[in-house]
Amino acid sequence: MTSLPQSTNKKLGLVIDLDTCVGCHACVINCKEWNTSGYGTALSDQDPYGANPTGAWLNRIHTFEVVPDKPKGQGVGEVIGTAGEARVVHFPKSCLHCEDAPCVTVCPTGASYKRSEDGIVLVDEDKCIGCGLCAWSCAYGAREMDLAAGVMKKCTLCVDRIYNEELQEVDRQPACVRTCPAGARHFGDFADPNSNVSLLVAERGGFDLMPEQDNKPVNKYLPPRPRSDLGEGADLGAAHTEESTEGASGLLGWIDRALSPSSKQKEAN
Amino acid sequence: MADPELQLSEPLGEKHSTVCYMCACRCGINVYLKPGANGEKSVRYIEGNRDHPVNQGVLCAKGSAGIMQHYSPARLNAPMRRVGPRGSGEFEEISWEEALQQAVDWMEPLKQDPKKLAFFTGRDQSQSLTSWWAQQFGTPNYAAHGGFCSVNMAAAGIYTIGGAFWEFGSPDWDRTKLFVMFGVAEDHDSNPIKMGIGKLKKNGGRFVSVNPVRTGYSAVADNWLGIRPGTDGLLILSVIHELFRMQKIDVDYLIRYSNAPFLVIDAPGTADHGMLARDKNGVELVWDAAKKKAVPHTTKGVVPHLTSEVTLPKKVKAKPVLMMMAEEYSKPEYAPEAVAAETGIAAETIRGLAAEIAKVAFEEEITIEQEWVDMKGEKHDRFIGRPVSMHAMRGISAHSNGFQTCRALHVLQVLIGSIDCPGGFRCKPSYPKPYTAHPKPHATNVKGTTGPLAGPHLGYPHGPEDLALDKDGHPLRIDKAYTWDAPLSAHGMMHMVIANAHAGDPYKIDTLFMYMANMAWNSSMNTRGVIDMLTDKDENGEYKIPHIIYSDAYNSEMVSYADLILPDTTYLERHDCISLLDRPCSEPEAVVDSIRWPVVEPNRDVRGFQSVVLDLGARLGLPGMVNEDGSPRFADYADYIVNHERKPGIGPLAGYRGKDGSQSGRGEPNPNQLERYKENGSFSITHLPEEALFFKHANKAYQDFAVDMGFYDSPQPSIFNLYSDVMQKFRLAAEGHGDIQPPDRLRDRLKLTFNPLPTWYAPFEEERLGDRTDKEFPYHALTQRPAAMYHSWGSQNAWLRQIHTKNPLYVPSAICDEKGLEDGDWAWVTSWHGKIKVQIARMEAVNDRTMWTWNAIGKRRGAWNLDENAPEATKGFLLNHLINELLPPKGDGYRWSNSDPITGQAAWYDLRVNIEKAPPEAEVSEPVVQPQKKRTKPTDELRYGLEWTK
Repeated sequence: MTSLPQSTNKKLGLVIDLDTCVGCHACVINCKEWNTSGYGTALSDQDPYGANPTGAWLNRIHTFEVVPDKPKGQGVGEVIGTAGEARVVHFPKSCLHCEDAPCVTVCPTGASYKRSEDGIVLVDEDKCIGCGLCAWSCAYGAREMDLAAGVMKKCTLCVDRIYNEELQEVDRQPACVRTCPAGARHFGDFADPNSNVSLLVAERGGFDLMPEQDNKPVNKYLPPRPRSDLGEGADLGAAHTEESTEGASGLLGWIDRALSPSSKQKEAN
Repeated sequence: MADPELQLSEPLGEKHSTVCYMCACRCGINVYLKPGANGEKSVRYIEGNRDHPVNQGVLCAKGSAGIMQHYSPARLNAPMRRVGPRGSGEFEEISWEEALQQAVDWMEPLKQDPKKLAFFTGRDQSQSLTSWWAQQFGTPNYAAHGGFCSVNMAAAGIYTIGGAFWEFGSPDWDRTKLFVMFGVAEDHDSNPIKMGIGKLKKNGGRFVSVNPVRTGYSAVADNWLGIRPGTDGLLILSVIHELFRMQKIDVDYLIRYSNAPFLVIDAPGTADHGMLARDKNGVELVWDAAKKKAVPHTTKGVVPHLTSEVTLPKKVKAKPVLMMMAEEYSKPEYAPEAVAAETGIAAETIRGLAAEIAKVAFEEEITIEQEWVDMKGEKHDRFIGRPVSMHAMRGISAHSNGFQTCRALHVLQVLIGSIDCPGGFRCKPSYPKPYTAHPKPHATNVKGTTGPLAGPHLGYPHGPEDLALDKDGHPLRIDKAYTWDAPLSAHGMMHMVIANAHAGDPYKIDTLFMYMANMAWNSSMNTRGVIDMLTDKDENGEYKIPHIIYSDAYNSEMVSYADLILPDTTYLERHDCISLLDRPCSEPEAVVDSIRWPVVEPNRDVRGFQSVVLDLGARLGLPGMVNEDGSPRFADYADYIVNHERKPGIGPLAGYRGKDGSQSGRGEPNPNQLERYKENGSFSITHLPEEALFFKHANKAYQDFAVDMGFYDSPQPSIFNLYSDVMQKFRLAAEGHGDIQPPDRLRDRLKLTFNPLPTWYAPFEEERLGDRTDKEFPYHALTQRPAAMYHSWGSQNAWLRQIHTKNPLYVPSAICDEKGLEDGDWAWVTSWHGKIKVQIARMEAVNDRTMWTWNAIGKRRGAWNLDENAPEATKGFLLNHLINELLPPKGDGYRWSNSDPITGQAAWYDLRVNIEKAPPEAEVSEPVVQPQKKRTKPTDELRYGLEWTK
């Protein structure tokens, strides 16, 4: 069995904003595009033009519906939306680079490991025997076997981008973060309380996925921002005028007063 | 144990910047080419170009799947001649010389009767070339796919504000505080809207979605209004009712920039009734209260009267436009309570929406301290912004009441003063451009009946005199665009071409020439019917549409129905220009255009369609495409892009003009222009002066800039037309005024629909079905594209198809419960026209009377080189089979197009349906269309990039 480092110098990971993700799959495909020619072997696709196309992916989006049942101000109802009003949630999911990663400790060959330098969980494909124990142990279903190579694939946080000296500094971030059109994905060091990701989590109430599993995931999700009703705080009645009347005459009277020379004078004063 | 040492700085290879074509957004991309083991370079990675103004570095799923599109096994390899019957997909490969000669042999004789050639292009981004080509050939029969996409939005916008959404303008994403999106709108334009929603959220703004279906962008909306399809216009007019009631309109803005103070003649029964009062020079009049007389609206210092009827000379009564609007929209029929049942939106929600708009527009005003001068010479110290922005596209467009609904939306934005202000909707140069600054439509030849057309095909009629009718009132165009059936069909009516050509109505054609338009499948209403029309033969055993030439890069469904195939390249193998002469890709603060160029050379015998068209033009001796000695004027499209001049100094590209490349907009051709574009990331950008950034419709600095750039030769300020007397002219004709008269069968419809103020009427399909609507077809059905395939050709793409391999019909839970349907059940869905068998999925977040599916996932068996048992073919389906291009027959013998009566836009979203559980039988979607022949056998495993990995 494989050991986890006692601690890591950095805790690199992602913050994913569920209030902004529109489920467009840009991150999913760009991840595949980068990584099929990147770290480790290619991400293969079986029967790609056939009746049952499947492939190995490091990042997927799950889409589901939620109908909040709690009224406003009482928990989930407020967080997700208006009670009784259905909404669709787009939920991107990749390896969360857990601090207490069971996929590492379960690995019989030492192929799965967590880097002591930055906390990234990787698979050393030369040591991987494709037994699949790590995928079984992952609470999040974040690992996928490559059927062509018989080795386990998983998110590398684009380790071959973030330290890649061939790339401009601004591009040294995971492909999914760089490509996300809505800006729903953020990359940084959670060990630094002043990093962009730590601040976002503090400000928006970032949460752990399935904390009861005790894996201490590094990646965090940001919940939807609180909603408010349309027109809240606005004056729904007619504007206060000296002689508010119904129908067109009300509006026209108001315009007359607004455009009258005395009103113009008042404004100027 | 130490962690393994990793090689983390692998080079990506050569970087080439070009423009994406995985959809219509036109994002900048960097394509990295890397040599493999054999030394041959292939595409390592495609990323968004950070410097590009459209996408600023981001890239969507489609763009990121470009590798799979470029190397798709569905690519065509060489020109082909049909050898089996149409539809079989049986072809023989031929040489380009043979193919071009065949095309010339068919087209050359048609130069004597040019209308016999119909040239229609699909999602063509070279319309300024293709339209010019058709113009030089002399056929009136040209258009692209706008007529079945979003012409209602574009035309209503141009007639109302001189701009519209997407390529014409966008929300001021950095400053807006309230963004309201109506209907299916995600396709146009996908990355900028996603980026915008991200910014809006970050800035704490509110996003309201009005859409029957809550998916995609609507999923993250702060407020969702699950409206009943086809009733958006009513909702918008109710919001206007509320704004009038609350007295929340921007009167100062309306007086300055709109025709609110213009006087409408009130003389029922006369030919002037409902027209704007004008002076001898045609300048509209307003009432000068101080002088008690009508004066031209351009009179300096006039404070126009807005609120009562006035009497013009000769005792003619007239009312200011705003007064007419107040009277109309204050009527109780527009009150929230009155429209709640029809729209499916609670009255309090409608009131809330209006109150929210009013609150943000007038209580959260923003200002930018920047001096500027308006077109009347008045100096302003600042730009005042009403930070409410809106967006809509096909969702509200694709109805038979779509034009008026789109008009209502543009008018709403004008009423709150949010057009082209900080935080509102901002036009993108070369817009705004009023309809009067656009060409009118042309359908006759310069001389006689042959030779070049007198002008561009598509434009904006000013009245019945501009219709494309012959002296006997017969349609000049095969699609019947610009006839009384669809007078303002500014994008043509591509969806009617095959039906009309097959019916020989208004006349027969000889050759149908199409590009990038999958008319035999997802781009047609009534797909099965269109297939039958394409394969139907006359009494002599000849096809009723004698010749079909088609160009496509892929083995699409349409390929199999053509006689001659001119194979196009992929988007990485071609030259293109995203031209200001076509559909601009500017940003509100800068003029932008761009190029594609062959970052990869084709490894097949294929050619870029635009180069082929120029070659054909030269072989046919078309004016402008040959030199005096008859030799080809242009070597290829790249040569044309650089050297073609539409008028002196104005060419396809605005950047790096002049011999030394120092000029923008106007300038002599620059032989190094394409190189300069490539050095700059394949685009050019010209920033607007600071004082020209807002209120462009009335901003002197902007108008001067626009003239300098060559958008037009003299300033063309826009006056926002709350009231459209272009519309009134058609209504007057319907009442019997004028020489050019509509057929009697259309008079009532014209009177109803050509209301000069935005109006709402029930969609035609439900109106025509009458009692049958509620009894037999009580539900709505509509489609949208999934985000991973917005506006794209990508559904056979090896990566993208793993996301959407089949499309269920999403059925609201209320209908499921009523009909005993469970998730995964198969059901028959019927319309008055047809029936389909589909698999359903239960859904909550949808209007309770509306079912929907993802469009264009369903494929014909064997098409796009997919396996015949691909789920796209066996479980995917098209809703198109339920939609006819004609309305239910009326019993009067006429063929009534299922289109908007003003623009001819295909009314896809008017569809009414019913649904019943299917008896247990084969779990295959129906109808089944027989397979088309695959071109090659695709691989059964992909390991893309393996050569570069360790």
